[in-house]
Amino acid sequence: MTDILFYIFAAITLISALLMVVSPNAVNGAICMIICFVTTAALFVLLEAYFLAVIQVLVYAGAVMVLFLFIIMLLDVNKDTSDLLKDKMTLGASITGFTLLVILIGSVFAGGQHLPETALLPVIENPTGEGAGIPFTTSAKSFGYSLFTKYMLPFQVTGFLLLAAMIGVIVVSKKHSENS
Amino acid sequence: MTVGLNAFILLAGLLFAIGMFGVILRKNTLVIYMSLELMLNGVILALVAFSRYNGTMDGNLFVFFIITVAAAEVALGLAIIVALFRLRQSVMVDQLTSLSR
Repeated sequence: MTDILFYIFAAITLISALLMVVSPNAVNGAICMIICFVTTAALFVLLEAYFLAVIQVLVYAGAVMVLFLFIIMLLDVNKDTSDLLKDKMTLGASITGFTLLVILIGSVFAGGQHLPETALLPVIENPTGEGAGIPFTTSAKSFGYSLFTKYMLPFQVTGFLLLAAMIGVIVVSKKHSENS
Repeated sequence: MTVGLNAFILLAGLLFAIGMFGVILRKNTLVIYMSLELMLNGVILALVAFSRYNGTMDGNLFVFFIITVAAAEVALGLAIIVALFRLRQSVMVDQLTSLSR
């Protein structure tokens, strides 16, 4: 049953991603992008990363794409929508590059005899935090445990990065006065 | 679930390839930026799949940090695009060629 769900969600993700890339209207592209993010969150659920699925929907499909839609509609750049098929050189070059990259990725998976196929490991319901590594769990508790023990320094650095980004956005988007 | 790790990695690679296709093909800066987000999306899907099939939590923590950094990056990048539009009245990359003259 979950196999069928994986194939359905994978197909929706790929189709909506392609539609985002080739759609001439940027607003339609943003809507396709939201669909792509939500189906990726569904794939996270299939991988039993429930917390990350929620974060994906809240941050990516919610905050980030709302910001994108806001800027697209604010700037209103949909006047010249015929930018896709006019430039034959760019079209040919990008399709060639895309095909080469897909062939490169596909050739890794084509035979299938070189790559080891690992089975799904059992999920520990309630971690104790003992031992060397942090085992895979479905609970959000292990995120908090890891963030405040093993990943303490990256956590602090990320918080500082958010502060720097906030100040940077204010500085960049501020209207400069004439005498400054 | 009997779907293996290779299916997830193949899907992540294809998402990355589609994102790169968009970055090369499109002229609109906002769509290029969305394609960059698509490439990040493929990478975090690969990380979550590796984390699940390896049985450790580290990949999930990496994805947590990547999402945080990507949110900050989107806010800053869109502010730069708005400042660019205010200066040049255009966000098409083929019209932003003042450095090449």
